[in-house]
Amino acid sequence: MNCSDVQRMVDAYMDGELEVMRQVDIDEHLRQCEVCPPIYGSRRALQSGLKAEPLYFTAPAHLRRQVRAAVQGTAANTRWWTRVLAPQWIGAAAGALALVVAAVIVGPMLSRRSQGDQIAQEVVSAHIRSLMADHLTDVASSDRHTVKPWFAGKLDFSPPVVDLKDQGFPLVGGRLDYTGNRPVAALAYRRGGHVINLFVWPLSSNAVGPDVSESRQGYNLLSWSREGSRFWAVSDLNPTELRQFAALVQAEDRLK
Amino acid sequence: MSGSPFEQTVLPHLDAAYNLARWLTRSDQDAEDVVQDAFVRALRFFSGFRGGDARAWLLAIVRNTSYDFLRRHRPQEVTEAFDEEIHSTAVESLTPEAQLMRRADQAMVRKALEQLPLPWREVIVLREVEGLSYKQIAEVSDIRIGTVMSRLARARARLQQLVAGDPIKEIAE
Repeated sequence: MNCSDVQRMVDAYMDGELEVMRQVDIDEHLRQCEVCPPIYGSRRALQSGLKAEPLYFTAPAHLRRQVRAAVQGTAANTRWWTRVLAPQWIGAAAGALALVVAAVIVGPMLSRRSQGDQIAQEVVSAHIRSLMADHLTDVASSDRHTVKPWFAGKLDFSPPVVDLKDQGFPLVGGRLDYTGNRPVAALAYRRGGHVINLFVWPLSSNAVGPDVSESRQGYNLLSWSREGSRFWAVSDLNPTELRQFAALVQAEDRLK
Repeated sequence: MSGSPFEQTVLPHLDAAYNLARWLTRSDQDAEDVVQDAFVRALRFFSGFRGGDARAWLLAIVRNTSYDFLRRHRPQEVTEAFDEEIHSTAVESLTPEAQLMRRADQAMVRKALEQLPLPWREVIVLREVEGLSYKQIAEVSDIRIGTVMSRLARARARLQQLVAGDPIKEIAE
């Protein structure tokens, strides 16, 4: 791979959007070349310049109210139409039949959905709830020595709390949440305009569960187990940076 | 969670919608108008939403609504001849700026981003501010992933020049 190839792909390389083999080729090239590393360095500098600046515009409260009112107005209309149509017996019969079919065929299929799948969905819902209800933290503090003790007496375990401010993921605080039929610790972090929720709970028995990396409803999810705890990180942050966050949590966790 | 499917899947992305509209229109008031209009459209089209990435789906609508708005009110910003080759400058010429960038006044970054031509501003905001993947950007902007890659490279090169205080040769060359 020559310099002009590398320079053409250096952005995609930085963004982690190349195939693994290409990524490795460029790693190799950057170690040996004298021309390309400064160009790559300046792109990194630009990117961290963009990250350092608060560039995210948050919707003003009055707009939020207006949009919500408009949406709910329409939703209410839908329900009104449903009520008007309900007495028509054909509709009712069809509905009843559909319910029976659903109960007989779809029901057992749904119950076969893996437990992990269900937890992933609960984690996404908990994340959305924390943003919609403006209830991100019960204890707002960037100091892990404040956040960690706060959980004492509220949970039957002590979640590991790390601050990653120096690595660009400042801790915002913690709160209690309820997921997978148990109370869990939720730690909130920020990355630019994005919120990351990190859910932690102790594993029951020795069920470790597989690592998970997926995306649902526009949110990215990562899950892993470590030293008897299960971790779920969820955010609308891009997968590359979320993986970086997870790696940092795991590394800090190991240091302690 | 309570609320209709629309409230659950689309409404949580209101901030993302506003952020994109604000960067494309560069005005608080215009961004609010665009977002309201976009949500009306989103509600109308929601029955056609096949699941999947609700944020990218909503942002595609916000992007189109923003472009419609600009075409109506500030057509010069959209019709401004945009030729990626003409607007772009050679990547190699940027090496000296590498040092400058590190010292650059942070506020310069915001100003520089505001000055970027519309399609470039769009791709930088979607990537760096909204944090979308190339695949999601392709979906929102309705372009191929290869185009995302090359456009982003050129947009960053231009942004680097602007930050380095070099408002040179836009169409001149």
